[in-house]
Amino acid sequence: MSEFRALDGCAAVAEAMRQINPDVVAAYPITPQTAIVMTFANFVADGLVDTEFIAVDSEHSAMSACVGASAAGARVMTATAANGLALMWEIVYIAASTRLPIVMPVVNRALSAPINIHCDHSDSMGARDAGWVQLYSENAQEAYENTIQAVRIAEHPDLLLPVMVCQDGFITGHSVERVGVYEDQKVRDFVGQYKSAKPLLDLDNPVTYGPLDLYDYYFEHKRQQVEAMSQAKDVILEIGREFGETFGRTYDIFEPYKLEDAEVGIVVLSSTAGTAKVVVDRLREEGLKVGLLKPRVFRPFPGPELVGALKHLSAIAVMDRSVSFGSMSDAGPLFLELAAAFQIYGPRMRLADYVFGLGGRDIAPAQIESVYRDLLGIAETGQVKQVVTYLGVR
Amino acid sequence: MGQGTGWRDIPIGGMIVEAGNAVRYRTGEWRAFRPVVDQDECTNCLQCWVFCPDSSILVEDEEMVGFDYDHCKGCGICSAICPFDAIEMLAETTSG
Repeated sequence: MSEFRALDGCAAVAEAMRQINPDVVAAYPITPQTAIVMTFANFVADGLVDTEFIAVDSEHSAMSACVGASAAGARVMTATAANGLALMWEIVYIAASTRLPIVMPVVNRALSAPINIHCDHSDSMGARDAGWVQLYSENAQEAYENTIQAVRIAEHPDLLLPVMVCQDGFITGHSVERVGVYEDQKVRDFVGQYKSAKPLLDLDNPVTYGPLDLYDYYFEHKRQQVEAMSQAKDVILEIGREFGETFGRTYDIFEPYKLEDAEVGIVVLSSTAGTAKVVVDRLREEGLKVGLLKPRVFRPFPGPELVGALKHLSAIAVMDRSVSFGSMSDAGPLFLELAAAFQIYGPRMRLADYVFGLGGRDIAPAQIESVYRDLLGIAETGQVKQVVTYLGVR
Repeated sequence: MGQGTGWRDIPIGGMIVEAGNAVRYRTGEWRAFRPVVDQDECTNCLQCWVFCPDSSILVEDEEMVGFDYDHCKGCGICSAICPFDAIEMLAETTSG
């Protein structure tokens, strides 16, 4: 660690971007990510980076410019949130299916309507089928470190897929933490130079990106994307190990917390996992065997790995910060995928979903404690009385 | 395209790595009307060449010499734009 600085999640990501020094950033502001691109734009203006900064007219244009620049052979980054991500939706799919290693911090914010600028996961969850790798960061330190790793993950020759690095809007994005920042040169050495295999700007070897692809070959190109996603887990682990060797902290697919000897557990993404750890500690002092699993990687979904780590439990609660409307029981996506994983890979498991925190509705330790107490009840009776609970709604 | 046609054989992301191979795709086959030029009327102004959306006007030594019938789709823009009415659109069913 070169130095500790007081940075919020957005500033920490902007710092990572400064150290990465991408060739191109095409971006549009939106609360609560604006500070990322605004801080980075200041770096550009101050001559601290060599980045070509394109101030576009919308997020759709931002991702379009990123796709063009990446196809040209540049290392490209942008950032967005909520309706900004929604606005670039068609191009988000194109970035992945054109196999462009774009890195995009997403500061999770609720999708409209009504207009809400606060945290929930409806934005990144809404894009979960787009073909991007999706990483979730619990705090500013993880957001900083995930962004650095994301560049190597995306550009790995076995992958060549864009990567979303998520953090909770306002909760992480606007909250100042003590962040350990590494030396510029060490980060530069870690991310290295980007060498595109087939850049548009190589005039000696002309290529066409994004042509028409009808029923004769489209399916095969999608199968290639599936193949790439199936390699993603190994790439993420490889980069996470190398990050550990270089900087001292190894990253994995998920983080277990007091899980090994637990009887019941909660599975939850992002900052709420931090709050839940405090609750786990408190309940453990009471002698209750509770634990936590915080997934870091949502795409690709590590079904077998999660089942492996959770199958010894008597009951599991998933806490979802988004709803998949009209899904089975109007549950959240993390629950739905974990339930599928248990069906395919695991023993019969008692699972309950707790949808919480929509639109930034606060989640208090006492509420998380109530989930654990529900779980202990489920473990005792063997019955899940309510598949989905909307925790904290009036 | 080359050897195989399976997902392992083709370039990723739908990329086309062989420059200019679109020329092998014969789009002329769906033509209903074909353009025919009267060389006595033609002054080689090359407006037809400028406006043809399929690059199907053949030019040699700055003279309009004919049409690439493998790629001409018979849209009729050349005929419409010709200031000298030198190009006529004939139904494909007629000969000549």
